[in-house]
Amino acid sequence: MTRLAAFADEIGATEPVSVAGGRTKWDLGGAVDPAARIVHAPSGVVDHDPAEMIVVVGAGTPLHELDEVLAARGQMVTLDGPPGATVGGTLMSGISGLRRRTHGPVRNALLQADYVSADGTVITAGGPTVKNVSGYDLCRLLVGSLGTIGFVGEVRLRTRPRPEVSRWCSGPARPHDVDATVFRPAAQLWDGTTSWVLLEGYQTDVDDQAAALSGLGLGSADGPPVLPPHRHVIDPRHIDGLDGAFVAEVGVGIVHRHDSPQPRAVDPHMLELGRRVKAEFDPTGRCNPGRDPYRSAAAAVPPP
Amino acid sequence: MRWSRRATPGEPLVDQLKAALADDRVQAGEGAKQLFSRDASVIVGGRVGVVCFPETTAEVQACVCAARRHGRAFVARGAGTGLAGGAVPCDDPVVIVTTRMNRILEVDVDARVAWVEPGVVNLDLTRHLAGTGLHFAPDPSSQQSCTIGGNIANNSGGPHCLAYGVTTEHVLALEVVLPSGEVTVLGGLEPDAVGYDLRGAFVGGEGTLGIATRIALRLTDNPPAIRTMLVDFAEVADAGALVSAIIGAGIVPAAIEMMDRRCIEAVEAYVHAGYPTDAAAVLIVELDGLPGGVAHETAIVEELAAENNARTVRVAQDDAERTLIWKGRKTAFGAIARIKPNYYLHDTVIPRTKLVEVLESVYEIVDRYDLIVVNVFHAGDGNLHPLLVFDQREPGVLERVHRAGAEIVETSMAAGGALSGEHGIGLEKLKFMHLMFSPDDLDAQARLRAVFDPELVANPAKVLPSGASCGDIQGLAKMPDGAWV
Repeated sequence: MTRLAAFADEIGATEPVSVAGGRTKWDLGGAVDPAARIVHAPSGVVDHDPAEMIVVVGAGTPLHELDEVLAARGQMVTLDGPPGATVGGTLMSGISGLRRRTHGPVRNALLQADYVSADGTVITAGGPTVKNVSGYDLCRLLVGSLGTIGFVGEVRLRTRPRPEVSRWCSGPARPHDVDATVFRPAAQLWDGTTSWVLLEGYQTDVDDQAAALSGLGLGSADGPPVLPPHRHVIDPRHIDGLDGAFVAEVGVGIVHRHDSPQPRAVDPHMLELGRRVKAEFDPTGRCNPGRDPYRSAAAAVPPP
Repeated sequence: MRWSRRATPGEPLVDQLKAALADDRVQAGEGAKQLFSRDASVIVGGRVGVVCFPETTAEVQACVCAARRHGRAFVARGAGTGLAGGAVPCDDPVVIVTTRMNRILEVDVDARVAWVEPGVVNLDLTRHLAGTGLHFAPDPSSQQSCTIGGNIANNSGGPHCLAYGVTTEHVLALEVVLPSGEVTVLGGLEPDAVGYDLRGAFVGGEGTLGIATRIALRLTDNPPAIRTMLVDFAEVADAGALVSAIIGAGIVPAAIEMMDRRCIEAVEAYVHAGYPTDAAAVLIVELDGLPGGVAHETAIVEELAAENNARTVRVAQDDAERTLIWKGRKTAFGAIARIKPNYYLHDTVIPRTKLVEVLESVYEIVDRYDLIVVNVFHAGDGNLHPLLVFDQREPGVLERVHRAGAEIVETSMAAGGALSGEHGIGLEKLKFMHLMFSPDDLDAQARLRAVFDPELVANPAKVLPSGASCGDIQGLAKMPDGAWV
């Protein structure tokens, strides 16, 4: 029996069930019903083809383990998470790392997913190649679904070349000035007085960009600031109006704060579509009962 | 004989649509029905009920509601440049043409966001952005005609999607008219929408999930440095090997395009781009980014080209030369019309490391059916576009074109590929869906469709081989003028 078939077997076709990864975002979207049986997804890198820039990996694989395999061949994936976070958990939470501005959100990394549906069947969503528009994009429906419409077992991810150099700079410059000075920074943060910028790329370009930033008063930094635990989601254009203690991801719209965010309003038509997604994909409500992606905005998430 | 449900002037459906829109923006005459029964695909036999040209979201909503009230399906249509029959209407629907909704509503340069209507032509948006330092990255070869709404429906690609990603990576929010007639917004300018990613699910839905009426697009910073190279080879296999070598070296160029000998000859005779006509294949390799990285990667590509037996590497010295190199690529399809009057263009994806072996199979298949193939395609992401050129007046040729095409699709799938890289499934590839997806996989996709369109009234009989048939559809017709890839 393949690992995937064994995973499907464990999930079965009846009774409440949940899949645990590294439990780093376990309460996101609500606590899992204690009656749910806990299953673990397959772990380990199945195949990495550097010339294809694709890696096939068990959903239960810790991110750091995947990263070690990819780093050995000069590549990476754009999934970030706290220590212990798994590939599957990161995809299901849909939470992107600090480098989202240039690398794109988590959902862009997923090419194909073999997942187990609510009735215990293995379903393949997406396609095996780096480019594919065959059929509906179920992969994007899965990312951020918190395991409420099925459980990913094995995924095929797009890899990227690892940058030659990564360097953080920081200093007292306004976001707009930083933005006008650097080209596609990997990350840009702002706490109301200080800007942090992550430069990635070839040594000469990073040196040039760092030199340009020094003109704004930014110097080398050890890394990003400590991020407060709660993620607030805002329209990125509203960054100038923020007050209190915060660290904002400039150009993205994630604001890290100490207080939990207010639940965001959802259009009733959107809620109805969401209800139908759940009803179509998990008619008996057995997948991860208690958790709800429409409630996830209010939960605390450890910074990646 | 089949009962005809074609709308005629004076029918209640037509009257209701005219009352909601305007007399001259609802057309039920034979001329309009003929014109809108086709797209740029080879598929004929589409049947139009009535054609509408709404100008606002409310008017699109009125069209959908009128269709529903009179028991008709509806089909959204942009410029009609689709190559898989996605806009070919089945069984007399209300055809909703979005080309009059062509306003660029707002461009926020600081936020790198543009709000547009679906009928905006792809290239018009990028032209509109001139001077802002920004552009819209997806650049399908039909970009001077195709609309953003069509790009959303097909999740369109283009040469530069190698580095920048296909359309879905550039869509932030969509105002849509759902098949129920309700209007909602999927996604948003905020980075993570609450709940399921219905924006992501909608893009690529080929008009079966609703109609996008306002779209927020992510704009991309223009790169400070661009280097465009034309690399030529005596052997196709060497060109394929260079593609793998570049990617394997950890370089993701902005674009890597390949053209084979027949394509080079046709293009050169047509636009005189300076392509070497004695080459078996050329690659256009474009690198962009910061100057240091571009110079570094250019040197590596030149080195790898030499190792892979490239005959020459021509680096564009200025914008004019770069434009000329790209002009050859982008007008390839006009040029190919000079070889034979008809062509049937395929679109499959294969692992990019298998380019050489699959191309060899394509040549072998085409030889066996006594046809001519021209290859011009997105080599960097393994997106093949074999064009079978023929003269339809030749007896029996259509049958051979079909059979060769089916074998090319089957060969691509056997190599671990995908059915479509950018043209979509439409009607054309329905019969191949089982090669890529199991019945269970297709059932899951049907569930997604049912979320949006439980009664199957939005562009029925497309994408999924659901059993719903499209009565009068035939496989292959004369190619329309001016099709692209």
